[in-house]
Amino acid sequence: MIRLTAITRTFHMGDQAVHALNDINLYIGSGEYVSIMGPSGSGKSTLLNIIGLLDRPDSGSYELDNRMIIDLSETEQAQVRREKIGFVFQSFHLVPRLTAAENIELPLILSGIPQKQRQSRVEEALQAFELMQRANHRPAELSGGQRQRVAIARATVMQPSVILADEPTGNLDHQIGSEVMALLEDLHHRGTTLIVVTHDRELGARAHRQIGMRDGKILTDQSNDAV
Amino acid sequence: MTLSDTLQTSFKTVLSYRIRSLLIVLAMALGVAAVVVLTALGDGARNYIINQFSSIGTNLLVVLPGRAETAGSFPGAILGQTPRDLTLADAQLIGRIPQVKRYAPLNVGAAELSAANRLREVTVLGSNTNLIPIRHMQLAQGNFLAQGSENSAQIVLGAKIAQEFFPRSQAIGQRIRLNDSRFLVSGVLAAQGESMGFNTDEIVIIPIHHAQSLFNTTSLFRILIEAKNHSEIESVKHAVLSVLKQSHDGEEDITVITQDAVLATFDRILHTMTLAVAGIAAISLIVAGILIMNVMLIAVTQRTTEIGLLKAIGATSANIRYLFFAEAIWLSAAGAILGFFLGQFGSWMIRIAYPLLPAWSPIWASTAGIAVALATGILASLFPASRAARLDPVNALSKR
Ligand SMILES: Nc1ncnc2c1ncn2[C@@H]1O[C@H](COP(=O)(O)OP(=O)(O)OP(=O)(O)O)[C@@H](O)[C@H]1O
Ligand SMILES: [Mg+2]
Repeated sequence: MIRLTAITRTFHMGDQAVHALNDINLYIGSGEYVSIMGPSGSGKSTLLNIIGLLDRPDSGSYELDNRMIIDLSETEQAQVRREKIGFVFQSFHLVPRLTAAENIELPLILSGIPQKQRQSRVEEALQAFELMQRANHRPAELSGGQRQRVAIARATVMQPSVILADEPTGNLDHQIGSEVMALLEDLHHRGTTLIVVTHDRELGARAHRQIGMRDGKILTDQSNDAV
Repeated sequence: MTLSDTLQTSFKTVLSYRIRSLLIVLAMALGVAAVVVLTALGDGARNYIINQFSSIGTNLLVVLPGRAETAGSFPGAILGQTPRDLTLADAQLIGRIPQVKRYAPLNVGAAELSAANRLREVTVLGSNTNLIPIRHMQLAQGNFLAQGSENSAQIVLGAKIAQEFFPRSQAIGQRIRLNDSRFLVSGVLAAQGESMGFNTDEIVIIPIHHAQSLFNTTSLFRILIEAKNHSEIESVKHAVLSVLKQSHDGEEDITVITQDAVLATFDRILHTMTLAVAGIAAISLIVAGILIMNVMLIAVTQRTTEIGLLKAIGATSANIRYLFFAEAIWLSAAGAILGFFLGQFGSWMIRIAYPLLPAWSPIWASTAGIAVALATGILASLFPASRAARLDPVNALSKR
């Protein structure tokens, strides 16, 4: 459950203020599948970063799973990121010198999970995303789709309650992109809240709820009750 | 993140930047090796000199005429008097001091030695039978002033001189001339080589009375004294000073040097030198530290997105800081250990090349070298690590 109330985020470029988020009020229930669309610079990534605790709003309040997030210390926020949130980025952000398996293992290491458990969980994730053959390959040796699968495996290995994907298919061709979307939707089917930022109307329409943004504000918010 | 995971993760990072890590480790290692080798040299030289100086005698005191400390403290000097000479009578007075084990009066000069159609200049020591044990010299053959022969004109030859003059025949019993006086060879010194810049193989020793008439003098050059044991050196010194003051009409116009005091001074000076050398070598460690700092700052810039990612997947600032710390610790520890062994190897090579020099690096130096290497490594990583830890994740991820 995500509840944003009167969130603002302003960037100052010299003496110019950019209102990246301007009084955002938003409630997303557990297990929802939401897409966020809007023109470039409308504040989509900023919104996602605030939901993912990578960025702090200038004002407003944020409640995640009945916890007020803004008051948490840096360390507590890191813990929330570790345990509740999985990020998927457009440019994958894999660590280039680590293998696919080691990249997937990273969140488990950060959480202090013992080696033995880590191994079996990484194994499971590799299997789930059909990466067994690629386990010991470095990102440079993987295709774009495989890289994004590794990134999704890494985002989900801690079994977070929310997956935040910022243009996850932006660097992939159409076919591979919809395969990756199918993987994400699969997670949603198993109960994870899924929030996807996309420029692709077709992909965006697959979500049960579509949010349109412009100039730091939520312009439209519609649900497909049909699904 | 557990400590062992932090160490393992950073170890992998160190391994994956092979060349970069190798250069840092090498720089560190050379610094530590320099500390080890240079202190081995310094301490080796110290031990060498101390050993040499200890080997000239045990519990040794030396009496010399005149006051060494301040020229003005000898009142006679104002009246144009020279300090009173040391005499054989003085030496005999010293012999009566109970804590004195033995003493040897000493005269030194040069004379022409001739025998068997050969002629050469030699250094002549005039003394008594105690000189040989007091100075830790050894007779290879014969004796010197054995009982009943105290007044005879006998001479002991240094090993090399005996060899030069009597290469094929027995030296003992041969007649020899020093200037115009005749002497009978009664002993030959064992070859000892050079010690403290003085080669005992090329000297001759004659009885003190003969030396004084040879050099036409009544004064002594030195009196060597051996105290009965180490704890009595100081009391012998005071006793000598007071006995000779009395016999010199209340003037304290002699100087007593103890081997101990000289040793202590040598030891202090050479130890300070070793320390200074170690300090200079340690500067190369600081340079290595600066290298680490630079390379780490570059690494933070290179790995900005990676740091952003780690934060996005839940790393705390502390996690990031420790990861960079641990990297510096690995690098400097590897450098320190490699440097230690390189240094030990270098010291071993020096010992092989110069067997006389006990070139062992003292433990304090090796320990300090390693400690300074670790400390500089950690200090150098403080700034880059905290810069990495402070990175804003959103900006880092977009490399803004
Ligand atoms: N760190 C920052 N410093 C200054 N301005 C920023 C910063 N981050 C975002 N902005 C500005 O805030 C606004 C919203 O940015 P944001 O990245 O959220 O847009 P977006 O909707 O994700 O755009 P895109 O579709 O191009 O990714 C933009 O005008 C952007 O220039
Ligand atoms: Mg964006």
